[in-house]
Amino acid sequence: MAASEPQKSAGQVARDRAALFLIERHRFRWPEALPWLIAIACFFVFPDRMTFGGQVLIMVMFAISLDLILGYAGIVTLGHAAFFGIGAYTVGLLIARFGWSEPISSLFAAAVLSALVGFASGWFLLRYRGLTLLMLTLATAIMLQETGNLRSDISGGYDGLPGLTISPLFGYFDYDLYGHVNYLYVLGVLAVVFFFVRRIVYSPFGQALTGIRENVRRMHAIGSPVHRRLVTVYTIAASIAGVAGALFTQTNAYVTLTVFDFDNSAKVMVMLILGGTGRLYGAFLGAVVYMVLEDKLSKLSPTFWQFGIGLLLVLAVLFARRGLLGLVENAGLCLPKRKKP
Amino acid sequence: MPHFAIIAVSILFDGLAYAMFLFITSVGLSVTMGLMNFVNLAHGAFAMAGGYLVVTFTRTLGIGFIPSLLIAAVLVGAVSVLFERGLYRRLYKSTDLEQVLLTIGLAFMSIATATYFYGPIPKSVPLPSWLQGDVNLGFRAFPSYRAFLIAVGAVLIAVLWYAFERTNIGAKIRAAVDNRRMAESVGINVDLLFTLTFAVGSGLAALGGGLAIQLFGLSPSFAVLYLVLFLIVVAVGGLGSLKGTLVAALVLGIFDTAGKYLFADAGGFFIYAITVAVLLVKPAGFYGRE
Amino acid sequence: MSEAALQVRGLNHAFGALPVARDINLALERGARRALIGPNGAGKTTLVNLITGALRPVAGSVLLDGKDITTTSQAERARRGLARTFQINQLFRGLTVLENICMTIGERDGNCNNLWRSAGAKRSVIDEALDHLDALRLTDDALKLVRELPYGRQRLVEIAIALAQKPRVLLLDEPAAGVPSSESHLILDVVAGLDPDIAILIIEHDMDVVFRFAKQITVMVQGAVFTEGTPDEIMNNAEVRAVYLGEEGHQAAQRGGRHG
Repeated sequence: MAASEPQKSAGQVARDRAALFLIERHRFRWPEALPWLIAIACFFVFPDRMTFGGQVLIMVMFAISLDLILGYAGIVTLGHAAFFGIGAYTVGLLIARFGWSEPISSLFAAAVLSALVGFASGWFLLRYRGLTLLMLTLATAIMLQETGNLRSDISGGYDGLPGLTISPLFGYFDYDLYGHVNYLYVLGVLAVVFFFVRRIVYSPFGQALTGIRENVRRMHAIGSPVHRRLVTVYTIAASIAGVAGALFTQTNAYVTLTVFDFDNSAKVMVMLILGGTGRLYGAFLGAVVYMVLEDKLSKLSPTFWQFGIGLLLVLAVLFARRGLLGLVENAGLCLPKRKKP
Repeated sequence: MPHFAIIAVSILFDGLAYAMFLFITSVGLSVTMGLMNFVNLAHGAFAMAGGYLVVTFTRTLGIGFIPSLLIAAVLVGAVSVLFERGLYRRLYKSTDLEQVLLTIGLAFMSIATATYFYGPIPKSVPLPSWLQGDVNLGFRAFPSYRAFLIAVGAVLIAVLWYAFERTNIGAKIRAAVDNRRMAESVGINVDLLFTLTFAVGSGLAALGGGLAIQLFGLSPSFAVLYLVLFLIVVAVGGLGSLKGTLVAALVLGIFDTAGKYLFADAGGFFIYAITVAVLLVKPAGFYGRE
Repeated sequence: MSEAALQVRGLNHAFGALPVARDINLALERGARRALIGPNGAGKTTLVNLITGALRPVAGSVLLDGKDITTTSQAERARRGLARTFQINQLFRGLTVLENICMTIGERDGNCNNLWRSAGAKRSVIDEALDHLDALRLTDDALKLVRELPYGRQRLVEIAIALAQKPRVLLLDEPAAGVPSSESHLILDVVAGLDPDIAILIIEHDMDVVFRFAKQITVMVQGAVFTEGTPDEIMNNAEVRAVYLGEEGHQAAQRGGRHG
C-alpha cells in the first residue's frame, strides 16, 4: 500500500534496523585493536619483561579456549588443564624422545593430539552435566597426571623434562635469552588463533552454542544436535588449549607434570570470571589482570596473594557477575560485543 | 595365618579406617548438596578449621583430645550458620558456576588464613596414651588410633541412621531432599531444616578434620587437597543419600587402600578409575536420584 | 487413503506406580485442528512430552507421517517436522528476540553447522525471521533481550520459535496462558491463519478458544482418552459436562456454537 511512497513505513524502518544490526555485528570495531596495540607496545616499553609477557599471552590463549566451552556453550568442567598438559608434553617429548625441535610443526602436532583427546573424552563425557561432569573431567585430568607419574621415566615426573632446546623459528630466528623472538612468536600464534575463534563465535554455530547455554531443553525441541555441537566446540577448545601448552614448553624450555594440576584448571577459570565470560576480550582482560597481580603481589607475600584472590572471587560473584568487562560496560564505555543496539 | 590373608585383613582394616574418615567428613556435604542443590567447595575448609581448632585446643590450651574434638565440632557447626545465613543464602538460585567460584574463593581465603596463623608446616596432635600404640589381635597388631576411628565411625553411622530413618526431623529432611516444593507446601520449614542440616554437616566435617590429623597430618592445603576426595565420595554415592555416602566411602576407601598396598606406584589411580566407571554407568551415583 | 500426519497407538506411561498415560490412541490428519482438553492432572502435557520424545513411553508407539518414531530422539523428531510450545516459556532469555528466531531457522535449515560465515551473512534467514516477528507484532522488540520483555510478549516469542521451525505437526501447550486478553487474540489469529496443511493439536482451558478454533476435541481424564468428537458433540455430551465442563463451560460452549 505504501509502496509508492518515498518514505518507509515505521514497520519497515524497524525491520531494516534489526536486520542491519545482525548483519553488521561481526564487523571489527576500533576498540578491538586496543589489546593488540597494547601487546605490541609492551614489546617496546617493557623489553626486559618479555618472558613474563610470553607467559601472559599464553594464559590469554588458554583462557580463550576455556571461554569457548564455559562462556559460550555454558559447560562447566574442572579438567581443562589436561589439554594444556597434553600440548605441553607433546612438544617436550618430541624434543626429549625424538629429537624433533622445530617449533611450528610441533605446534601442529600438539594441536592435533589434544584435539584427538578432546574429541574422545568429549564424546563420552559431554552426555553428562553438573556435578557428574565436574567429577568426570576432574578425574580424567588427574588420571592423565597419574599416568605421567607412573611412567616418570618418560615424562620426567614432577621434576620434569629440563634442558629442552627449541630450533630457530623459520630456521632463522633464534630464541634469544631475553625472550624477544619468543614474545612476538607467541603473539603471532595468538593472533591467528584469535582470528579463528572470533569467526566461530560470530557464526551461526556460535549462535547455536549460546542457545545451548541459554536453554538446552529448547534446543533439543527445535531439533539442534546438541551433543554433536558440544563435542565439536570441546574438540576445538581442547586443541587451542593444547597449542597454549605447547607454547608454554617452548617459552620455558621446560615442562613438568604440574601442568596437569587442578590448580591450573582453577586458575584459568578465575581469570575468565575476573575478565568476564562469553565475550572473548574478557579472557584478555582477566588473564592480564590476574598475571600482573600475581606477579606483583605473590612476590610480596604468597599468603596475602592467595587471600586476595579468594576475596576477589567472592566479591566478583557477589557484585560483579559479569566480570571486569561487565563493570566497564556498566560504566558506560562503549565496548564491542554486547547486544544493545 | 596365611600371608595373603594377613594382607587382606590389613587392607580391610586400614581401608575401613580411611572409609570412616571419608564418611564422617563427606556425609554433611552429600546431604547439603542433595537438599539445597548448593555446591559447597568450602566444605574442605570447614574440615580444616576443625583440625586447626583441635590443634590449638590440645597444644595451646591443654584440653584433652576427645573434648577438643567435640568442642571444635560444635564451634564450627555454630559458625557455619553465620556463613549459611549471611552468604550462601544469597546464592541458592544462582548457577552452579557461581556457587563453585564463591566457595572456592572462601576456600582460598581460609587456606591463606591458616597459613598466616599456623604456618605451612604440617601439624600434629598429642594423643592420649590409650590411643597410642597398638591393639594386639593375635595374628597382627593394629594401631589403636585406627581402631578408634572405626569405632567412632560405627557409632556415628548408627546415630545418623537412627536420626534419619526414625525421627521426625529425619523424615522431614528425606522428604525435602526428595521433593522440596512438595515438602514446603506440606508445611515443612525447609529453610530452617537446611540451616540445621548445614550446621550438623559442617560440625561433622570439623570432627573429621580433627580425626584426620593423626592419619595425614594437617597443613593449610588440606582444604583443597582432600576436597577432591569428598566430592568424589559424594558424587559416587549420590547426593542427599546417607546410604550412598557410606557405600561410596567404603568402596573408595577400601579400593584406594588396596591399590596403594598392592600396586605402590599406580595406587593413586584406582580411586579415580572407579569414580569414572561408576559415573559413566550411574551418573547420579549409587543412590542418587534421576 | 491418506496417512495421518501424527498417530499415537496404545501409548502407556507411568511415573513409578502412578499411571499417567493409559492406552492412548490419537490421530491427527493433515490440516487437523484438534483441541485437547481435560481437568488438571489429566496428563495432557505428559502426552505432548511423550509425542515429542521428551519422555519415552513404557509401551505403545508414535508415528509421524506413517513412520515409527517411538525410539527416535527428540531433536530428530523436530527435524522431521514436529514442533511444540511449552506451558511455561522455554526461551533463550539472554539473546535478542531476533536471534531467538534466526537461530531456530538456522537449526532447521542447517545454517548452524557453519562455523565460518557470520550469523548475519545469510539475508534470507534474517528476512524470514523478521516475517515471523511481523506476524506476531514483535518487530519493534526484535533487538531487545527476551528477558527484558513482559511475560505476555515473551509468550509470543515462545510461539514464534515453534512457527519458525516450519513444522508439519504443531503441538501448542496452552499458548495463551498468561497473556493478557488484549494480546491473546493475536496468538489465536496467527494460529487460525496458519497453513491449512499443518496438523495442530492445542491444549487449552479457555473454552472460548476451544470452541472457536477446534474442529475436533479430545477429552482426557486421568491419563486416558475419555471421549472424542466435534465441538457440538462434546458440548452436548452430558458425561463430559459432568466430568469437566461444568456449567460455565457449557454456557461458553453454547456461545461458541452460536458464533460458529
